[in-house]
Amino acid sequence: MDDHSVLKTTPLNALHLSLGAKMVPFAGYDMPVQYPLGVMKEHLHTRAAAGLFDVSHMGQVIVRAKSGDYADAALALEKLVPVDILSLKEGRQRYGFFTDDNGCILDDLMITNRGDHLLVVVNAACKDADLAHMKAHLPDCDVTLLDDRALIALQGPRAEAVLAELWAGVSSMKFMDVREVPLHDVACIISRSGYSGEDGFEISIPQDHAVSVAKALLEHPDCEAIGLGARDSLRLEAGLCLYGNDIDTTTSPIEASLEWALQKARKAGGDREGGFPGADRILAELADGISRRRVGLKPEGKAPVRSHAKLFADADGLKELGEVTSGTFGPTVEGPVAMGYLPVTHAAAGTQVFAEVRGKYLPMTVAALPFITPTYKR
Amino acid sequence: MLKFTAEHEWLKLEDGVATVGITTHAAEQLGDLVFVELPEVGAELVKDGNAATVESVKAASDVYSPLDGEVTEVNQAIVDDPSLVNSDPQAAGWFFKLKLKNAADADALMDEATYKELIG
Repeated sequence: MDDHSVLKTTPLNALHLSLGAKMVPFAGYDMPVQYPLGVMKEHLHTRAAAGLFDVSHMGQVIVRAKSGDYADAALALEKLVPVDILSLKEGRQRYGFFTDDNGCILDDLMITNRGDHLLVVVNAACKDADLAHMKAHLPDCDVTLLDDRALIALQGPRAEAVLAELWAGVSSMKFMDVREVPLHDVACIISRSGYSGEDGFEISIPQDHAVSVAKALLEHPDCEAIGLGARDSLRLEAGLCLYGNDIDTTTSPIEASLEWALQKARKAGGDREGGFPGADRILAELADGISRRRVGLKPEGKAPVRSHAKLFADADGLKELGEVTSGTFGPTVEGPVAMGYLPVTHAAAGTQVFAEVRGKYLPMTVAALPFITPTYKR
Repeated sequence: MLKFTAEHEWLKLEDGVATVGITTHAAEQLGDLVFVELPEVGAELVKDGNAATVESVKAASDVYSPLDGEVTEVNQAIVDDPSLVNSDPQAAGWFFKLKLKNAADADALMDEATYKELIG
């Protein structure tokens, strides 16, 4: 059987093909890895103007309390996620993650207060497991996958101008705001967020209208279609984690340097301290510290250091320290960039470590994340 | 005369020395190169063994030696500027020169017409 025959497609599949995309299997979907522009130029275009990404493979899920009360849905989801969802204001979004009983990460997600319910967006590869997890643990909520909506991301310094062609009110939105807005008379849910380190938007569109909205955005001379290849190099330069690479069920959020995502209410002494899976470990790590941490890594030479490259304290490969979890060439940085885990003894910025690449030990320097200066519109 | 391999390398043969590079088709498939690692001058390469590494933003790929031989020269210009491989893969973007162990081995490689049929 042809591998592609079992792949799912997004509502924009035919559009990708018409634009000349190179398609690859990704998380069970037939997705564009690059367009004729190529990864390098797609990356640079997104940082200079605006890029449109199809992220419809991600799971858009409604969590609604059977009581109809937002607070009940928020408190229910807080049992699975160590962030403050109760105090999230209507029309605002927040980053979080599902933790397991070991205090590690089952998936990361975006959570929006939509007034009387929550909208959560989860990773494609974890979608089915996340749905089952929420259904099993939120008996007083209805958990519904929105499988009839596309999701596109519009990212870059010209994203606001591109979207303004369809909706003049866009400039009133700030980073992490979420609004329901008609684009071409189609009810879309727009958030001012993304995964590139740039200002930008994610737009949820009823699937039957996804192509017309995407085409309308692509008509703008500053907007190009961008594939998963550039999406990865953009997020890595921005220091953002990729689930399955940088975070997974072997990493705690504290080890992953994501402690900023835990608000006061869920930490020791907070109004709703703990009460999520693995809280014992995560709160203990906040109090007592950790032994290893996710850090940025800048190879000193020109060779990219890819995921799973082993990290050593010395140039002879004698003392192993950890592993690279993501690594590529950063087109904006104009050099290789990576992230990985190191013992806290070797995690300070400026520390030199060595990565094993094709039998050689290449020097790398621990670097502050992100590698670029984000341009979020706060 | 140019010869080609199924691994998408080209060879230009002169007096038992082959100048080796990757084909235009391979360069297009790899996309914009950001890093090239070449063998050392004097290295003894074996047919189908690793000879060089090229990396795009997305991934690393191996370049194999098309025949047995000794490296006599490498193209430092593509190490300094890997984009040269994309812009001129079958001339200025050459990789290394190989003094063939048996010059006659090259006869078995594909000619340009056969290679073009292979890549369709």
